[in-house]
Amino acid sequence: MMSETIKRPKRKNPILKTRAPTLPPDRRSRIALGLVRGAALGNLELQCCAACAAVQYPPREACVRCLSAELEWTVMSGRGELVSETTLHHSQELFFRERMPWRLGLVRLAEGVSLVVHLDARCGPAPSPVIVEAVLDRAGQAALVAKPDGGNTALADEPKLRNFTSDPRFRKVLVTDAKSPVGQAVVKAVLEAGADLVWAGHCEPWKNPPGWPAIAELPKVTLVPLDVTDTKSVNELAAELGFKVDIVINTSEHHRTFGIFGRAGVETARAEMETNCFGLLRLAQAFGPVMQSRGADGETSAVAWVNLLSIYALSNFPQHATYSASMAAALSVAQALRAEMRTAGIRVVNIFPGPIDDEWNQLLLPPKLAPSAVARAIVGALKGSVEDVYPGDIAQDWLARFRDNPKALERELGR
Amino acid sequence: MKSNDPAPGPEILADFTAALATGAIRIIDLTQTLGPDFPSIVMPPEIGQSRAFRMEEISRYDERGGAWYWNNLSFGEHTGTHFDAPIHWVSGRDLPNSSTDTIPVADFIAPAVVIDCSKESAQDADFLLTPDFIKAWEAVHGKIPPRCWVLMRTDWSKKSDPAAYQNFDETGQHTPGPDPDAVRFLLNERDVLGFGTETIGTDAGQAAHFLPPYPCHYYMHGAGRYGLQCLTNLDLLPPTGASLIAPPLKIQQGSGSPLRVLALVPSNPAGAPRP
Repeated sequence: MMSETIKRPKRKNPILKTRAPTLPPDRRSRIALGLVRGAALGNLELQCCAACAAVQYPPREACVRCLSAELEWTVMSGRGELVSETTLHHSQELFFRERMPWRLGLVRLAEGVSLVVHLDARCGPAPSPVIVEAVLDRAGQAALVAKPDGGNTALADEPKLRNFTSDPRFRKVLVTDAKSPVGQAVVKAVLEAGADLVWAGHCEPWKNPPGWPAIAELPKVTLVPLDVTDTKSVNELAAELGFKVDIVINTSEHHRTFGIFGRAGVETARAEMETNCFGLLRLAQAFGPVMQSRGADGETSAVAWVNLLSIYALSNFPQHATYSASMAAALSVAQALRAEMRTAGIRVVNIFPGPIDDEWNQLLLPPKLAPSAVARAIVGALKGSVEDVYPGDIAQDWLARFRDNPKALERELGR
Repeated sequence: MKSNDPAPGPEILADFTAALATGAIRIIDLTQTLGPDFPSIVMPPEIGQSRAFRMEEISRYDERGGAWYWNNLSFGEHTGTHFDAPIHWVSGRDLPNSSTDTIPVADFIAPAVVIDCSKESAQDADFLLTPDFIKAWEAVHGKIPPRCWVLMRTDWSKKSDPAAYQNFDETGQHTPGPDPDAVRFLLNERDVLGFGTETIGTDAGQAAHFLPPYPCHYYMHGAGRYGLQCLTNLDLLPPTGASLIAPPLKIQQGSGSPLRVLALVPSNPAGAPRP
């Protein structure tokens, strides 16, 4: 059930200047960027000394207790106690000046380290039990947030901390390919999450796959012609409604299942590249700049861009070789887009599912991800504060193997 | 020109261009605009796909190229209003001069007859042209001469909704075309140059289920004859008396090509005496 704590914002007053986006402080040392690795996935990771087991914060080059340089980023429980709190009424940072007053707290984590945190308004006065999470701020940097331990703690339901999310509630969402099984599931999921409306992109109108007529008839859904392989189509749609889009969810995907030798020539690979990589590039060029201009357009500003990639983007799955290659290329474009959009406080979220339970993965054994599970992962990322999502067991397994030893994963996938 | 002139002089072309200038011969464009919105052929998704028409700007009087506008194009050979060469089909693969670069150029300008199936196609999307239908047409308009295009008018080109133009349901495409007997009749009994349609193929939408599959492709190309598809404006042509100018691009070993199809039509097709 949706919380009533966040009210529908008033419509924009068109005689007032649209504010330019400001960002929270963005400077971090290389060591401090260690926090963002966990935060991107929704994990609170702190440095833990391999020699003496001390946990420390803020991140440093050496252990504050024994000076060892062997520090391992380790996932924390997040449990702790709010020791003290304060409310900020003045800041030299534009971002916080625009959002005063701002509540801060000091938390003693169960692991024995003290953290300065953004404090949820729902937390009781100190001392009180809290859960600390690492989140991403609008600059894409890691920030620590303390929420009450228990009850509704959704970030998106707290008026200030909502700023760390890309909550679809009251927002207008473009789903670039709403016809595919995943696209259909995403349309339903963002509507359930409270989106104001969904523009459902669809191409090749002569194709009428199962489920599509029902999607087209959903309230709050508007069908829009969009073929990401066609620059004219992308540019025309962006010209028509780019200035109204708050969230882009790029579900367009071309997936064929060939190894290098499985299909002669490059036409199938080119088609995959055309949709998965150049399609994203076309969308980015057409919708990116106008969304950047609306990064601070009130409570329902342009806020996020989601790319449906694949776990195969990390390391090539030779049975689906050319698809993997196109997704690796798409990931690279998405990283560049993230850097561009970050300057306007717009988050680029990449989804890396393992095999989805669709026709193209027919010959793969379970576990496979239901399209609805992919949609849930996307909406979960928007309601929360992460930028990389690896939904499902296969994706989690591959990610762990990739992080442990990418060369080993390359060999394993090539078996 | 008098019909008994053994070797016409230079005036023959002057007469022709004068007839164009005076409107005694009208030019009718039978070509759909080549653009990304025009429907492209649908194949089962797991097999090889013909690329739809796509256009990318190289520059438009901008930093990508100062004072000029131009584009890069990509598309399959069988895109938009297009020509099918005999080599397109397996039945025509070993014929001489069967690709777009080797077909005798004399075949690119030829007379055409137009068989009006528009009423029947409006009533039945799966309408099939039969030998009996052709013979009934001949009873009114005369026997189809040899080396002549036969154009099947269905008014399908008037369907501006791409879904209606493609007309798919869960059993595939439903568009009119010739039945296998009609194709055999046109080739064996009438020695036609080729077959032209307003739909996305020279064969009917359900022709994959015919014997042989895709009979118009199979027989026409096996006999070294041609196809034209995605034609438009066939309703502006007389049943007989038009000539087509239909040269495909000279693509090396090309199996077909988008092209501009022009019909030359006498302004007085009935042949009434001139004043």
